[in-house]
Amino acid sequence: MKNNKLIQLFVSTLYLSAFTFGGGYVIVTLMKKKFVDTLHWIDQDEMLDLVAIAQSSPGAIAVNGAIVVGYKIAGIPGLLVSILGTIIPPFIIISAISVFYEIFQSNIYVKLILDGMQAGVGAVICSVVYDMSKDLIKTKSWMNNAIMMIAFVVTCFFNVNVIYVILICIAIGVVRTFYHKGSDHG
Amino acid sequence: MILLELFLSFLQVGLFSFGGGYAALPLIQNQVVTLHPWLSLSEFTDLVTISQMTPGPIAINSATFVGQKIAGIWGAIFATIGCILPSCIIVSLLAYFYLKYRKLSMLQGILETLRPAVIAMIATAGVSILVSAFFGENTVHTLSSMRIDMMIIFAIGMILLQYKKMDPIYVMILCGMMKLIEYLIL
Repeated sequence: MKNNKLIQLFVSTLYLSAFTFGGGYVIVTLMKKKFVDTLHWIDQDEMLDLVAIAQSSPGAIAVNGAIVVGYKIAGIPGLLVSILGTIIPPFIIISAISVFYEIFQSNIYVKLILDGMQAGVGAVICSVVYDMSKDLIKTKSWMNNAIMMIAFVVTCFFNVNVIYVILICIAIGVVRTFYHKGSDHG
Repeated sequence: MILLELFLSFLQVGLFSFGGGYAALPLIQNQVVTLHPWLSLSEFTDLVTISQMTPGPIAINSATFVGQKIAGIWGAIFATIGCILPSCIIVSLLAYFYLKYRKLSMLQGILETLRPAVIAMIATAGVSILVSAFFGENTVHTLSSMRIDMMIIFAIGMILLQYKKMDPIYVMILCGMMKLIEYLIL
């Protein structure tokens, strides 16, 4: 049973990593679809917490995402399996491409497919953001909705470094906890 | 010892690159072009291009590419391990503490505040991908420079994801194929 889970984890991360073009957030959204929506191994809030950990640690988000998800699902063996699954595809592809770089670079068909895939990647991210923000809006917490809006505006339009956004959210979270504790007793 | 040098160089890349993706670029450049004579500047530019066209995080791709070029397969392996080792240690420690202490009200407060911000950051990544998909290489974003075909491909992708619940990997590949077919027909 446990071995089956590890094999499934390995195959899933291998598959996601092999087809994930365009940076860390893409693989994170694909992981959400796979491990939250399809396999139900992680719940949605937990996934967002794990993404926050992956995002605020040094290193590639795709690798960090694989580490948190693998660790959550099956501990240290899960972590090792999902790291391997994540780095094997780029490892093999880059090794091969470094040999055939000239041919690959000048091929118009390759370029067109990659171009079209960009629109597909955009659609995947939109779909995940839609589902998650819908759930958040349903909670009717004006504070959480405001944080989402403000964080989006400052990162998207003002290029504010995400590290600052995370630090400020941590500070707000601390203040909120004390505030709630205070109102419980009063 | 070249393997040790590769390992230590990419260990620094892994340890100090926060924020993922292109945040790692200047660090990689510093290690492989400036501090060590491993790549010329034009080879480094090629490496960035390859990374954009292939799956996988740029740091892992660079480690594989540079390691392979300098010391063959073992070079690639040592550089890649160096690159992911800091993540493995830091992220798994954070995941451990998260899973152990998440019931604490303080951590609950912080995580509840972080979740909406994480959704916002994913949305921001989606916007930048869509802008580049819809406008191509144009730096001036006017209505007339919008690529209608890409918007249609995006819309089809959204429908397949939201209403048909199709596997996101298939959606991405299908979007790539649509662009290719469009070119072959028109």
